[in-house]
Amino acid sequence: MKVKVLCRNPDDYVRETTRDIQRVPRNYDPTLHPFEVPREYTRALNATKLERVFAKPFVASLDGHRDGISCITKHAKSLSTVISGACDGEVKLWNLPKQECLRTVQAHEGFVRGICSRFCGTSFFTVGDDKTIKQWNLEAPGYGVREEPINTILGKAVFTGIDHHQRESTFVTCGQTVDIWDEQRSSPIRSFSWGVDSFSCVRYNPVETELLASCASDRSIVLYDTRESAPLRKVVMQLRSNTLCWNPMEAYYFTCANEDYNLYTYDIRHLDVPVTVHMDHVSAVLDVDYSPTGREFVSASFDKTIRIFPKDKGHSREVYHTKRMQHVICVRWSADNKYVLSGSDEMNIRLWKANASEKLGLLSTREKAAAHYNKKLIEKFQHHPQVRRIARHRHLPGDILKQKREQREMKEARRRREQNVRKHSKPGSVPLLTEKEKHVVAVVE
Amino acid sequence: MLQKRLALKRAVFDRGKEKVFFTLPLRNFNQTLGIAYEKTAAEVSCWRNIILQNQKAEQMVFPLNQESSGPKRVEQVVAGWKVQTPLEQEIFRLLHINSQPVADPVLTPVEEQSLKAMSLEEAKIRRAELQKARALQSYYEAKAKREKKIKSKKYHKVQKKAKCKDFLKQFDEMVKTNPEGALEELKKMELSRMEERMSLKHQNSGKWAKSKAIMAKYDDSARKAMQEQLQMNKDLTQKIVVPSDDEHESNEEGLETVPDFVNDSEPVIDSVNPWMRGQLTHEEPEVSCVTTEDVQTAEEENEEEELVGEFERKRKLRQVSDKEEEEEEEEDDDEEEEDVSEFNTLFRLMRSEKTLEGSNPTREGLNTPGQEDEDGLLNEGQVRVRNIEDLEVLGEVVDPQPIAEPSLPQTAAVEATSEPPNKKKREIDLKEVLTKEAKAVKVPFLPTVVDEEERDEQISIIKEAFAGDDVISDFIKDKSKREAAGRPEVVDLTLPGWGEWGGVGLKPPRWKRKRFRIKAAPPPPRQDQKLPDVIISENRNASVAAHQVSQLPFPFQNTAQFESSIRTPIGPTWNTQSVVKNMTKPKVITKMGAIIEPMVKEHFIKNKTTTPGGKGPAIMLGENKRAKEGAKRSSEKHRGRRSQKRRK
Repeated sequence: MKVKVLCRNPDDYVRETTRDIQRVPRNYDPTLHPFEVPREYTRALNATKLERVFAKPFVASLDGHRDGISCITKHAKSLSTVISGACDGEVKLWNLPKQECLRTVQAHEGFVRGICSRFCGTSFFTVGDDKTIKQWNLEAPGYGVREEPINTILGKAVFTGIDHHQRESTFVTCGQTVDIWDEQRSSPIRSFSWGVDSFSCVRYNPVETELLASCASDRSIVLYDTRESAPLRKVVMQLRSNTLCWNPMEAYYFTCANEDYNLYTYDIRHLDVPVTVHMDHVSAVLDVDYSPTGREFVSASFDKTIRIFPKDKGHSREVYHTKRMQHVICVRWSADNKYVLSGSDEMNIRLWKANASEKLGLLSTREKAAAHYNKKLIEKFQHHPQVRRIARHRHLPGDILKQKREQREMKEARRRREQNVRKHSKPGSVPLLTEKEKHVVAVVE
Repeated sequence: MLQKRLALKRAVFDRGKEKVFFTLPLRNFNQTLGIAYEKTAAEVSCWRNIILQNQKAEQMVFPLNQESSGPKRVEQVVAGWKVQTPLEQEIFRLLHINSQPVADPVLTPVEEQSLKAMSLEEAKIRRAELQKARALQSYYEAKAKREKKIKSKKYHKVQKKAKCKDFLKQFDEMVKTNPEGALEELKKMELSRMEERMSLKHQNSGKWAKSKAIMAKYDDSARKAMQEQLQMNKDLTQKIVVPSDDEHESNEEGLETVPDFVNDSEPVIDSVNPWMRGQLTHEEPEVSCVTTEDVQTAEEENEEEELVGEFERKRKLRQVSDKEEEEEEEEDDDEEEEDVSEFNTLFRLMRSEKTLEGSNPTREGLNTPGQEDEDGLLNEGQVRVRNIEDLEVLGEVVDPQPIAEPSLPQTAAVEATSEPPNKKKREIDLKEVLTKEAKAVKVPFLPTVVDEEERDEQISIIKEAFAGDDVISDFIKDKSKREAAGRPEVVDLTLPGWGEWGGVGLKPPRWKRKRFRIKAAPPPPRQDQKLPDVIISENRNASVAAHQVSQLPFPFQNTAQFESSIRTPIGPTWNTQSVVKNMTKPKVITKMGAIIEPMVKEHFIKNKTTTPGGKGPAIMLGENKRAKEGAKRSSEKHRGRRSQKRRK
């Protein structure tokens, strides 16, 4: 007679040492774990709900300025330091983790129009309405010593913006003209101008460091190469662009914030049509900044909201607002890709999480794994109506919502009108223009 | 400078070929501008590959150029060290003279250059080559090891012979092509022959030979082996150049060396014929043995080839089975291979069935209305969400379509299996009762536990339990009813009294019936048409529809693709840890507290660093040209568009 005996191999259940983790046998036989899809769907739904529940993006508010914030810049070498300039000419240095002001400098008379920190993180430059460029030391002066700039340059006209080169000791300012300066000289090395317009913003390309772009008040965006004697090319749009920002990971893309409530991403090799039109704001967009990974950008608008856009999507993935936040004038994305800083009219700098529901601080391995899994689940089931509905839901203040509705109606009416015109005119005489083509008036060589 | 101007002029001339070339200064200025722009565009487009690569990358880790976290050299760590003593000064002067690095004494300029010389891609290619070579080597080694391990003497013998034959062939060729080499080979052979003559190998004087000699009396194979040994000796000691006389001698010698008593042995062991045993010295078998050897050489060769082939085949078979076993090992080691494979196929079948069932509802739900909003849009509203309850309520607020359809009573047993939200209580279903036993027959999940008898017992128990109600006929009735309900009815539009006499008890005439009774086209065949014991409800389930995808999402091209993307589970419940980790890895990883710097050109584009001032190697020029052409083309296109715009 054959006797059946249960026999187990001790290797399967005995630990080598008592310090080992207990072995948990697991059978992955799919018949033992049925209903994969429905179970994962439920998990995805729960993950989506929790993501929304935990979406608390607002971290802190830094108050202390006595006028609206006009510009913010990041410290080049330190994540915890931020420099901000206000409309009363005051510049403040902030320590972000402690949420306190380290230092206050009365830098200019009138507005501080632009700040940029030097690449080495030892000093920063400010420009103001008093036609001066000032270089300041980032280290505070000793006790009882007066705050004085390292260097002051008196210009001929008001400067409206400044940006520093990524590696060399040159910087660029804009105003009546776009000027390139050497730190050692008191007059610009080179000046560019195209027509007689004033410029509102100028930025160095962080990757191709010889390239420059500026926004002018004649509704144009002008490209420059510092090695050439003249500007390269000019795009004229239907409305004025306020600021622009280069993608730090993709050398030939930049995004500009326009007065017509949209943002436009351009490829500098094909300037006649923007690559993407980003729509969602209901008022003029005042500032834009790319995330250091180059995947997303944040925009600040006159409609009192901040929006985060994926760089290749036409609509925002996130909108931030608070009751007390007024027109947002400047916005920056922190260099570790975790936070967003916004400066607004009502004298506050606000610190937001870039990823609203992300847990801050150190995560244990299991927490991390769970977060990754949840994120992937949401991504996997993103097309399912319930998941999508919950993931997309955002609260908006009533007046913005109203404006949005209004604008949708206007847009629809415009579209209808155009259709009618096309219907009643000679075929081909009213060309069909895509949304991208509509906003560019001309490219001037 | 002059060259630049010349090139510029040429370019301008090329452009102006189709038009008249104006020498106006303004025009000239514009031309240069255009050229400058094109140059920059071409220069910038060298980033294209990197950008595309990063966009496609499954995972990006920021900051991009991270330093290795390993130990650093002392020179790197001690940065602020200065020369102080005169001896040090002298040493450093020497270093200076020989252009050795001083400030950061890790690499000389030459070394650095050599490091930079190989770009990342080149290095990758090189590494791949090396890897391949290494892999090949290891394969060969493994093969040799394996062959060495084979215990079969026959195999080795055959192998050796095959090699020998090969060598002979090669030698023949060598004689024709490379006589010197052949001579050398000959010398080698001679040497080996001498060695063989000197040694006692193959002389039938060893331990083995002696034991064989004893055995040979009774064993034919032992005898044969001894003969073979002698033969080998003979072959090896044979003079190669003059083959005629020696052969005979050695042959005779070989015959002589066989001990006499060997011949006394019984060549054919025949248990049936006892008379044969008594035979003494018998010449025939020996002769036959030798003759067969001589005659059969040709045949043997064929056999050898066959044998080699067979060995190969066997080995391959074994490998395949090994692989299968490895796959199955996790599930069950003890089961035989056949069982395992059967198990696998069943498994696959079952899974496919299940997924089919799971996919049905999505196909059904294709006609949901209400897709007014685009993908990217946020649903912005005045509702604030604070907890999960709010999220639940959110649906009622936002969702405009709770579609109530006047539908047939839902059974939808099959759908219910794939959809958890449908938590309606179910009655005892025929499907559960019957198909389970059918599955038990098909699938050997618990082959050791469930015996035939038990199963019979179960069946009888089930039969007993459902003795009162005739489940099967109920089921069949139910199904036929549903089928009938699904069939379209004939629409009767006949009006009595039109075109004929009216009155009670009159039937409409035939022509009228033919003309005014409208038969609808038959519906598409039911899904359960060929499944006798299943009812598949094809009605849409409104409660499930809210959770179903109604339109094919953008990147997918057909429903099958989308369904397959949903089907694979990614959770740890279904996958091993490493698989989960791989499947759920995030697209972007950032290091906490690290500043992510913008890309630095020197790190990513090597050629640029070696070409200061616009001079570059030919390859670069070519690229530029192409890029320029592209730019030109695009600019032409744009010009066309622009002209349109201006016309407006």
